[in-house]
Amino acid sequence: MEYLFIIISAIFVNNILLSQFLGVCPFLGVSSKVSTAAGMSGAVCFVITLATVVTFLLNKLLLSFDIAYLQTIVFILVIAALVQMVEIVLKKISPSLYKALGIFLPLITTNCAVLGVALNVVTKEFSFFGGQPHLFNLAEATVYAFATSLGYGLAMILFAGLREHLSFNKVPEAFKGVPIALVTAGLLALAFMGFSGMVY
Amino acid sequence: MAAKSSFLNMALCLTLICLVCSALLGFVNTLTAEPIAKAQQQKTFNALSAVLPSFEDAKEEAVSLDGQDYRCYIATTDTLVSGYAVISKVTGFGGTLEVMVGFDAEGKVWSTSVLSHSETPGLGAKCTEPAFKDQFDHLDPAVKTLQVKKDGGDIDAITASTITSRAYTLAVANACKVAAGLRPVEAAEPVEEPVMEGGAENE
Amino acid sequence: MNKLQIIVRGIVKENPTFVLLLGICPTLATTTSALNGMSMGLATMAVLILSNMTISAIARFIPDKVRIPSYIVVIATFVTLLQLLMQAYVPDIYATLGLFIPLIVVNCIILGRAEAFANKNGVVDSALDGVGIGLGFTLALTLLGAVRELLGGGSLFGWRIIPSDYNILAFVLAPGAFIVLAYLIVAFKKLTK
Repeated sequence: MEYLFIIISAIFVNNILLSQFLGVCPFLGVSSKVSTAAGMSGAVCFVITLATVVTFLLNKLLLSFDIAYLQTIVFILVIAALVQMVEIVLKKISPSLYKALGIFLPLITTNCAVLGVALNVVTKEFSFFGGQPHLFNLAEATVYAFATSLGYGLAMILFAGLREHLSFNKVPEAFKGVPIALVTAGLLALAFMGFSGMVY
Repeated sequence: MAAKSSFLNMALCLTLICLVCSALLGFVNTLTAEPIAKAQQQKTFNALSAVLPSFEDAKEEAVSLDGQDYRCYIATTDTLVSGYAVISKVTGFGGTLEVMVGFDAEGKVWSTSVLSHSETPGLGAKCTEPAFKDQFDHLDPAVKTLQVKKDGGDIDAITASTITSRAYTLAVANACKVAAGLRPVEAAEPVEEPVMEGGAENE
Repeated sequence: MNKLQIIVRGIVKENPTFVLLLGICPTLATTTSALNGMSMGLATMAVLILSNMTISAIARFIPDKVRIPSYIVVIATFVTLLQLLMQAYVPDIYATLGLFIPLIVVNCIILGRAEAFANKNGVVDSALDGVGIGLGFTLALTLLGAVRELLGGGSLFGWRIIPSDYNILAFVLAPGAFIVLAYLIVAFKKLTK
C-alpha cells in the first residue's frame, strides 16, 4: 500500500519537473518532438533508477567511514561513470536502441534530476498517508526513483505534444522559442497543482 | 592547450586531482566541524528558548512511543525541572512537518514552534503565524480536546488548510503523550488523553 | 578584449539566464523571494569564480580525454567547500536553499564557462569572466525573485508593500516561476535590442 502512495506522489503530486524544477534544461531543449522526448525520458528513467540504487548503497559506505562530506563529489562521479558505462553496454548489446538514444545519453550527466533524486533519497525524510516521516530503505528508494523518472517522462511527453501543436499557431515575435515554451510549462504546472493533496 | 592523452597520464591526472581535492575537503571539514556543531546547538537553544519558560540547562533524551521516535529535552533551573520540550514529526500537506512543543513543569503546553515544514506558502504555511499557533500557548491538555473544531475539538483550523491544521494539532497531541511519560510518576495526575484514532487525519 | 568588457558582457550580452538560458533549474526553484534568489546567485558566483580560476590554471596539464571528469571533480570540490562553510556560518540560508546548493555541481553555467572560456584564457580573465557571468546570474535571480515575491507575497526583501488580501499566490508557487521567467526573457529581449 505504501508503495502505491510513493508512486502516485512521485508521478503526479510532487512531479519532479513541474513542482521540483529538476531537469528543466533538457525539458526545454529536446522537447520539440514527441519521439525525441520519449527517447530522452527512456534514457533518463534508466539512469535515474540505476544511479539511485548505486549511490544509495555507496552512501552507507560513506556514512560508515564518517566522510559524508564527500557525498556530492562521489555521487556526481558515480553518475558520470554510469552514464559512460550505459553508453558502452548499450552500444554492444542493442545498437538500435543506442542509435535511437544517441546524443541524449552523454547529456544525462549534467541533468540535475539524476543528482537531485540521488541526493534526495539519502537526505530527505519522506512521509506518506499520515505515517511517521522516515528515511527511505533500499526498496522504497528504488521504487521512488523509478516512479519519479516515470513522472519525468510523463511531463516531458505531454509537454512535447503541446509544443508540436504550438508550432502551428501564431505566436508574437518576442515570445517565439523559449518564452512561449515557458508559459506553456507554467500552465502545465498549474494543471499538475490540481493533484496536490491527493495522497492525503 | 590540453596535453595529449595516454592511459598512464589520464589515470595519473585523475588520481592526482581526486587526491588533492579530497585532502583539501578533509582539511576544511576538520576546520568547519566545530562551527557547524555550534550553529546547530545555537539553533536548538533558540528553538528551546522560544517554547519554554526561562531555563538554565537542557538535557537531551530520546523517547520511543507507539512505534515513533521523539527527541526530547528536559529543561532545569537550579537542578529543578522547569519544563519539557518534545520534537514531534508528522505528515503535513506538503511533506514532513516538524514541531517543537514546550511544556511547563505541570505538563501544560507553554508554547509551540515549527522547526521545519514544506506547506504551501500563503495557505498551510500560515501555521507558523501567531494567529494559528498562539492558540496552543498555555493550553492544558487535560481541559481542551486537541482536535480541530471540524472533528469536534477545540482548535480553530486555518482557513482552507484543514489538513495542515490537523497535522499540527496531531503533532501537539502526540507531544503531550510523550511529555506525560517524561514527567515523574508522582507528579503526573491521570491526564485524559485526547483520543487520536489512527485514521483521524486521513481525509 | 579589455577587462571591463569581459564583465559587462556577462551581465548583458551573454546574460546566462535571459540570453544563454543556462541554469534554469535553480533559477526557477530558488526564486520564491528576492533574498533567496540573491543568495543562490551569490553562491553560484562564488563557485564559478573559483572553478574558472582553477581550471584556467590547470587546463594545460590535463589530458584531453579526461577533461570533463577532471573539471567536474574540481567544481564538486568547490561546491562541497561552499556547503561546509554555509552550514557553519549561514545555516539559515543553507536550510532554505537546501538541495540546490549541492546541485550547483550540475549547473550547466559552470561547466559551460569552463569549456567555453576558462580552459582557453588566463587566470585573471577567467576570474573576471566568472565575476561577469556570476553577476548576470545573480541580478537575474534577484529580479525574478523580487517580481515573484511582490506579486505573490506582497513584499520586497521582506518589506510588505501590498496588503496580503491582494496577493496572487500562484506566483510564489511552481507555475508562477515559469510564467514570470518567460515574461522577463521577453522584456530583456525588447530592452537590449
